[in-house]
Amino acid sequence: MLIRYVAMRLVQLVPMVLVVTMVVFFVMRIIPGDPVLVMLGAVEGAAISQDVYDAMRLRLGLDRPLIVQYLDWLWDMVRGDLGDSITYRVPALDVILLRLVPTAYLMVGGVVMAVAIAVPGGVLAAIHNNTKWDHFATGFVILGITVPTFWLALVAILVFAVYLGWLPAIGYAPPQKDVVEFLRHLILPMTVVALNVAATVLRFQRQDFLEQMNLDYVRTARAKGLGERVVLWKHVLRNSLMTTVTVVGLQMAYLSGLVTVVENVFNYPGIGFLLLNSIHTRDFVVVQGVVLFMVFLAIAVNLVVDILYAVLDPRIRYR
Amino acid sequence: MESQAAYPPAYPPSAPGPGLRLWRASRRAARAARHDPRTAVGVTLLFLYILIALAGPAFSPYDTTTPNIKVRMQGPSAAHPFGTDRIGRDVATRIIAGSRVSLQVATGAVIVALLLGAPLGALSSYVGGTFDALVQRVMEGIMAFPSLVLALALVALAGPSVPMLWFAIAFSSIPRYARIVRSGVLTHKEREYVEAARAMGQRPMGVLTKQILPNIMAPIAVQITLDFARAIGVEAALSYLGLGLSVPYISWGLMVREAQDFLEVAPWLAVFPGIALAGVILAFTLVGDSLRDRMDPRTRLPLNRRGQ
Repeated sequence: MLIRYVAMRLVQLVPMVLVVTMVVFFVMRIIPGDPVLVMLGAVEGAAISQDVYDAMRLRLGLDRPLIVQYLDWLWDMVRGDLGDSITYRVPALDVILLRLVPTAYLMVGGVVMAVAIAVPGGVLAAIHNNTKWDHFATGFVILGITVPTFWLALVAILVFAVYLGWLPAIGYAPPQKDVVEFLRHLILPMTVVALNVAATVLRFQRQDFLEQMNLDYVRTARAKGLGERVVLWKHVLRNSLMTTVTVVGLQMAYLSGLVTVVENVFNYPGIGFLLLNSIHTRDFVVVQGVVLFMVFLAIAVNLVVDILYAVLDPRIRYR
Repeated sequence: MESQAAYPPAYPPSAPGPGLRLWRASRRAARAARHDPRTAVGVTLLFLYILIALAGPAFSPYDTTTPNIKVRMQGPSAAHPFGTDRIGRDVATRIIAGSRVSLQVATGAVIVALLLGAPLGALSSYVGGTFDALVQRVMEGIMAFPSLVLALALVALAGPSVPMLWFAIAFSSIPRYARIVRSGVLTHKEREYVEAARAMGQRPMGVLTKQILPNIMAPIAVQITLDFARAIGVEAALSYLGLGLSVPYISWGLMVREAQDFLEVAPWLAVFPGIALAGVILAFTLVGDSLRDRMDPRTRLPLNRRGQ
């Protein structure tokens, strides 16, 4: 049953994947000006020999019908061939994979930290509904949603790096070299990501917990004499964690944008930093690759969330 | 309101003058503010922002572009409440000018998203069948994109200009409007009042705009308000990253970008535009949440008054 459910979800993904790839394909082709020149990375007014021009045109296959171009391009993507980076002259996929590791630390660290803040925070706010704890949590949610990320990151640099001098302002250190330095560089960007994600997660965690607290099974649990602590932190929390997982999954698309901003404030060499760099060097092969990568990451995480849901809750499999 | 008849009227019942009406309105507003401070803060901030964006530049004592080297890099003072930048321009004046740009870009983006999304949703629910399914899939595909990254790529490829920003920021919002309108039309189109209108010979277009649309305005209004908050944030983030509007324009995001090189010596350059930005986003978020509350008390989120 579970396998059938997973298969069904995969089939349902096909149209979405087609649309996503089409959007990227056609967006890449709305580039004003000559795509051949753009792909050559030519600056305005540069003299390009006809041979080079024709070779690039042929390589890009621009002489063929659009639909053939799209299918061909799609097939390349499926085989993991994103094309060669214009600036680095190596496959774009390799460039992206190299930068993926720091981003993975940032994303995973940020989400883990966000959940660690939001779940207990949301539960406390719900249990102590309408008290100063709750107001504090609400204030946190409002600030987390409204304060622009790039500005929060700059203020964090200003306070913790410039004034207090506790942490390095920018950069990255690989963990295999020096774990302490790695953590010192990671902590500020990770916290900025976490605070932003935590605000949204907390908001839903609190709401769901409040709703769960009024359900019949909670009354039953209390009626059979379970302690309040067990009822709330075991029964209710376990049920409302489903919401947490969903919200975190839905945040994935947003998370890519968030990480892009944060990486660029902190000069943190992940894929978001790579994206901006590639835009500035007009390396559109890498830009396209990173965008596709981010979209598919979000789609994949949401698929995993759906499957996780089915594993946790057998009812979903039989729908 | 309904108790008005039960008590003797507090004011002469004869036609109230404009002063009296204003006074009553402010009394009502004060009562509402005590009752629901968050909405009051949101609405006040929102009015302030729109007022500053529309009228502010006309009243600013300084010029936004003329350098004045004599007063460069000064911290906040009486003459320059938010300090001056690296070539002596008044930061407060530039923030006021920036409010206009952010409002302009956000308004355009929201209108574009609404104009593309809403008719698409209406059409797809009216036509139904394969077309509807196709539109739905396309909308799901667009929703899978991180909105900031999509806007970033679009602007990077097509070059920043105000209309391009409208479209780039609007793009990822199109599915939201399409969804609201589609589900609204689907729930309303089988109702008796719509059938009655149809039986009376009203054309599909008339049924849609005169019957159904007024009934789904509330969720659209909520979406518009929250979309403003998002659009302003994305515009600022794009300018901050150096991909949005550049120099002749004054954008808050751009001001923060320029300020980050002087973070140590002149932190006020980065701090004040950020506060302005946060304030405006806060205003739209609070108003949007308050609107959502009014329309559906069930979805009360921690951003609103509690007291279920």
